[in-house]
Amino acid sequence: MTPQLQMSEGRAALSGDWTLAALLPQLDHLRRQLEQAGAAPGAWDLSQLERLDSAAAVLLWRSWGHAWPTELTILPLHRRILARVAELPTALPVAASPPFNPLTALGGQVLRFFDNARGMVILFGRIWLDLAYLARHPGEFPWRELSANIYKSGAQALPVAALVGFLIGVTLSYLSALQLQSFGADIFIVNILGISIIRELGPVLVAVLVAGRSGSAMTAQIGVMRVTEEIDALATMGVSRSQRVVLPKIIGLTVAMPLVVLWTSAVALFGGMLAALAQLDLSLAYFIESLPRTVPVANLYIGLGKGVVFGFVIALVACHFGLRVRPDTESLSSNTTRAVVTAITSVILADALFAVFTRHIGVPTL
Amino acid sequence: MKPPPVIELAGIGTRFGRQVIHRDINLSVASGQILALLGGSGSGKTTLLREILGLLRPTAGSVRLFGVDLADADSQRQRAARRRLGMLFQQGALYSALSVFDNIAFPLRELRCLDEDWIRRLVHLKLAMVELTPPDGGLMPAELSGGMIKRVALARALALEPELLLLDEPTAGLDPERSKKFVELIASLQRALNLTVVMVTHDLETLHSLASHVAVLADQGLVACGLKTEVMAVEHPFIQGFFASHPPKLL
Repeated sequence: MTPQLQMSEGRAALSGDWTLAALLPQLDHLRRQLEQAGAAPGAWDLSQLERLDSAAAVLLWRSWGHAWPTELTILPLHRRILARVAELPTALPVAASPPFNPLTALGGQVLRFFDNARGMVILFGRIWLDLAYLARHPGEFPWRELSANIYKSGAQALPVAALVGFLIGVTLSYLSALQLQSFGADIFIVNILGISIIRELGPVLVAVLVAGRSGSAMTAQIGVMRVTEEIDALATMGVSRSQRVVLPKIIGLTVAMPLVVLWTSAVALFGGMLAALAQLDLSLAYFIESLPRTVPVANLYIGLGKGVVFGFVIALVACHFGLRVRPDTESLSSNTTRAVVTAITSVILADALFAVFTRHIGVPTL
Repeated sequence: MKPPPVIELAGIGTRFGRQVIHRDINLSVASGQILALLGGSGSGKTTLLREILGLLRPTAGSVRLFGVDLADADSQRQRAARRRLGMLFQQGALYSALSVFDNIAFPLRELRCLDEDWIRRLVHLKLAMVELTPPDGGLMPAELSGGMIKRVALARALALEPELLLLDEPTAGLDPERSKKFVELIASLQRALNLTVVMVTHDLETLHSLASHVAVLADQGLVACGLKTEVMAVEHPFIQGFFASHPPKLL
């Protein structure tokens, strides 16, 4: 039955189903009618109503100006529904959100930064304590979790790292070759590719890839374990969450990263070699032979050292944000985002520090 | 013209891979009934509930809500039919990122026809209906106790003024005292709003104080369906075992 409102001689008569579902199709029309009827105080006849729900009751009550009309005919059942609406205060408090203040927002950011930094320092210390404990109780070392983590964040990352490394190597070599050709300095392609890929590009490229791939996975996993109380379940079984969940992830990535860096740098160099062969006619044998001569081996150590540090930083940041997830979906997504962004930023920061402190090491002298 | 039954299941069959869950289930629920769906663990009660909700499409047969076939291609009519039902999930399924107030206001806002004042009044009404206070509206789901989660979920299920309420284990995880209160709450709301209720339950107490009709799922089909007293008398090992486990309370 469609809801209807009939006006005659100062009398408003309602009939039909006054329910939310029935009101919706002709809401605007009924609202206008109610406004007109409500403006002229008169008698209301609701005895012909078939159904009345609270949504329609609120609508009626508002059109009456938050007061009972002087003359009202209504079934007791419907009167009870209206009475419940009438009990609500006329002006309902609005849950006010605090106004945006750039100063407090900035302050909040700074405080959050220090809070996170503190959390990471604590986690860092926790790892060393755990390592010291495990050194005294080697039987409790989580070998299975460690190997699973190395496999997941290392071995499974090899194909994508190879693909990206190869393409970067080809691109870099091709673009450099175009420049070098114009100087007639073709053979310097070996220096350029060797130093830039082994020392800089390999580690940073892998770090960005791994932060997006394994870092986000770690945060999400620990976060969901917190949401589903699995972390608490571990604690009740007397299993330390930092030893069983956090430590294998951090050690695993720290071990796996330099290996992935080595692999990616090798593939990138291979791509560069192929492009050099195509563009400059530089034979593969010459490239391989002159690489150790032109690129001091210290660069390889620096590259691998970066891999170790980057892996540790990414895993530490990811685990830290994972442990901060509160049991709701919004917090899970924002912490995963923050983990990846912070991990990449920290890696670039660490890379800059590396550049400063190793500026005299491994630079070839001609 | 007689209105169509609220729920009409015809020849429902469900299979997951090779595993047969249901075989040829026919069931019809009339307006105002409170039907309890009984069955052992793994008998497919929740699956059947999900099929009624349209979350899962049965392998065979048809589900009709308010006379609308859920396999109907007309999405407008389907949505209209679904708006007429409210579902109380076992774990509440509250949106964890939204406060209690916003959880209840969410389905109302989704209609995109109601103004904020109207929504606020309705949310306050629903909160009062499930015996919560306005300050509770500011809490987040993670801060609520188990009983409060159920009540907020019930308030949300009632937000769109449904005619049909589906309950999945309404009293699971509540202590006896709270569970009794919650059942009373549902019963009083059912009377006040003239709801049709379908619930899945294991709890004899809930069954006893709420249900008017009982349907028993066993052996991949409905072994009994009808008034509570009639079903209790049916000779079937599961039914006899189920009611025998708690005879004094029911007699």
